[in-house]
Amino acid sequence: MSTTEETTEILPSRDALDQDWRKVGNHGLLLGLALIFVSLANMPVSLDTRTIIEPLLSMGYLSLIWIPVVMGFVVSSEKVLEGIAYHDKGAREVAAGGLVGLIGGLGLSLLVILLDTFNLRDPLVNWSPALLELLHFDNGIGFGVVIWPVIGSGLGLFGGALHVLPSVARTVVGWIVGAVLVVAVFETVIMDLLTERLPFEFITDWFYFIRGGLSQQGAITVAIIGGALGYLRVLGQRGVVPTPVQNYKQLAGPERARANTLVIIACGIATAILPLLLGRITNELLANVGLFVLLALGLNIVVGLAGILDLGYVAFFAVGGYATAILTSPNRGESWPDWMPQSHWFVALIVVILFAILTGLFIGAPVIRMRGDYLAIVTLGFGEIIRLLFLSDWLGGYTGGAQGVTNIPGVDLGFVEIKGTDPRAVFYLVAVFCAIAIYVSWRLENSRLGRAWMAIREDESVAEAMGINTVNAKLMAFVVGAVLASFSGAIFAAKVGSVFPTSFIILVSIVILVVVIVGGMGNILGVIAGAAVLIGVLGGPKQPGLLAEFSEFKLLIYGALLIFMMLKRPEGLVPNVRRTRELHQDEFLQDAWLRSQVDADEEDGAPSGEVAPA
Amino acid sequence: MSETVDARTPLLELRGINTHYGAVHILKDVDLAIYPGELVCLLGGNASGKSTTLKTLLGMVTPTTGDVVLDGEVVNDKPTSYRVERGVTMVPENRRLFKRLSVKENLELGAYLRNDRDGIEEDLERIYGMFPRVKERLNQKSGTLSGGEQQMVAMGRALMANPRVLLMDEPSMGLAPALVQTNFELIRQIHEEGVAIFMVEQNANMALSIADRGWVLQTGRVVLDDTAPNLLANPELRASYLGEGDR
Repeated sequence: MSTTEETTEILPSRDALDQDWRKVGNHGLLLGLALIFVSLANMPVSLDTRTIIEPLLSMGYLSLIWIPVVMGFVVSSEKVLEGIAYHDKGAREVAAGGLVGLIGGLGLSLLVILLDTFNLRDPLVNWSPALLELLHFDNGIGFGVVIWPVIGSGLGLFGGALHVLPSVARTVVGWIVGAVLVVAVFETVIMDLLTERLPFEFITDWFYFIRGGLSQQGAITVAIIGGALGYLRVLGQRGVVPTPVQNYKQLAGPERARANTLVIIACGIATAILPLLLGRITNELLANVGLFVLLALGLNIVVGLAGILDLGYVAFFAVGGYATAILTSPNRGESWPDWMPQSHWFVALIVVILFAILTGLFIGAPVIRMRGDYLAIVTLGFGEIIRLLFLSDWLGGYTGGAQGVTNIPGVDLGFVEIKGTDPRAVFYLVAVFCAIAIYVSWRLENSRLGRAWMAIREDESVAEAMGINTVNAKLMAFVVGAVLASFSGAIFAAKVGSVFPTSFIILVSIVILVVVIVGGMGNILGVIAGAAVLIGVLGGPKQPGLLAEFSEFKLLIYGALLIFMMLKRPEGLVPNVRRTRELHQDEFLQDAWLRSQVDADEEDGAPSGEVAPA
Repeated sequence: MSETVDARTPLLELRGINTHYGAVHILKDVDLAIYPGELVCLLGGNASGKSTTLKTLLGMVTPTTGDVVLDGEVVNDKPTSYRVERGVTMVPENRRLFKRLSVKENLELGAYLRNDRDGIEEDLERIYGMFPRVKERLNQKSGTLSGGEQQMVAMGRALMANPRVLLMDEPSMGLAPALVQTNFELIRQIHEEGVAIFMVEQNANMALSIADRGWVLQTGRVVLDDTAPNLLANPELRASYLGEGDR
């Protein structure tokens, strides 16, 4: 019997024409369909206004051209399994990428011809001359038909060539592309940071074009810096140059703890100073991100730790918002008695907490008796019920019905009033509550209750048999989640100055859940990263993000991202060590099983004992 | 031998238990008593009410009539946690580890209701001593262990509650024959440390070979109640189980 480590054999690379034609064809067709879909979803036209590199590349064209590169790469990607021979990458992979790109490009050529010949504007609203012009670069139909297969194959070849490049070059290319995109996407923030308070116009003048987008010299500079950083990273990984991350990982015990404290303090100071340097728009953005971080941290406890899939989480956000609104606004529903005072925000907050606890118990009590899908559906219902109650005639006298509650005052601290017109102050308020939420989450995760939640998430009956009071533990998860969401609601009400039933639609629940999943379930850092990426860059349910042009495609991108994450990276952007162990379990077992099968075959098919497929 | 045992107070007792799931009558006038330190087994075929008996003992199922008595106290309306705290612990059917948690976390969850840090540490060491293989895999995810190792962790997890009586649901279920043997060896080992064991089994031969006493449950009714040797010799039982049921 051979040792399993040595069975993986690397065969020489194959000839360019030695293709799996069916695979190439399928990927090519898929690419063509994807390109046509993106075009008819109007992404190229809508996003054309956002420049990345002036005048070479706009977000509109980018929405098309990344797809052939990815497809050209993906067509030759294969999973290397231990014990199964694979071929070295070579001409075949490059050629496959090019072919896929060519077929995909032909798809766009077809679209150009169809756009020119027929008018299908009736069913397809984006069937427009603008799209046609964009697709043939204002150069006539013939040019459009010819150019896309050329562009497509070029990009596909590039995607395929990524397989052949040495890993150093691949990393450097990745960093260059990443750096250019990040600097372009974060234009608003960088501009704001460098010019609002600091005198660094000369830097932004170098990098950015006057009407938006990177200038060519700026793009080249960014590419050089990005490439250099990427190369440094490679050197760091090889141990040639020490990197901070590796130094950090080598620390142990008290030194590690000291380093952690330093990092936390540094983050705290950065959070305190950064808003001072930023202008209104960026601070507004940060405040919105903070509100969602707060919500997502709460949902993370319910879903990530206790494993209760709550799809109606927005209910608690709504309760927090409405309770604050009613208690502090002079303009609340007319049915309230005149003697009811207008309280200060902090007084209201205490009532809000009580209300959140009550709502948590009220919704939690019937819901936690259910499991799995049933629970998810019932919470979905409760989320809507709460919103409809606020909207209803029955409570309309108290909640203002569809008119909502307006004129909500800000948070008066004596020396300053925190309200929506001063996003910086709002951000500080949000940051304080986020800090509280982070601390609470962190403590809970490592507490007895946290362990009980994890046990319940794994196997509820056994958790019960261990003596864990599952009803109480699950109710606690609901209540803690509810309180964190209500904080967010309270700040939201003071920030926006008004609450309406439409502020609390089911979409909010979904977005928070997507933030938690994309960021990494059960992981505090991941949740913050998820909120920053989704809410900060793409935008929340009603709040624009950095890429305001994307707002009409927000849901499309959320959905695509969710599917991608579930398939390829279920542990989220910032994986939690434990979750990674959990989620890649099946692959591990699969590999182990496969390995045992290979061994067994070599031993004339004797079945192998211990490892069975998951 | 049974006379001397009967003279003491039972640790855990069912008195005239009737249990219904909806309109279905599961347990019918079940009486049984477990004394400190003994090894007893409850035999019965599929759907005879074995698991329900076990869940009734632990308080996960509430009987319609009858009493569950722990140390002479009626605990019908006491939650599972109350019974676990007082030394009643279950090893669930098919091991049922918290698969995605580490071995260490599994063991710690077994001691969920305990607050004596030193005692917990001591018991952890004791379990490492009993199962050296478990100690090697503390930080591994428990779902990745082999069947035998998982069984050890399941036992260890139950022992972490510092039990006086272990309720074992089908310990031989889903295990390869060689592992069943090891498993019963483990049960005997734990029993020798003075823990009473109440075992629910279909594998009558194997269970009776190590048990002191046993009951046979048939469609929710206790039809036989005798010492293990007598049960093994019982022609009725031989006919219904040991003849073809012997695995």
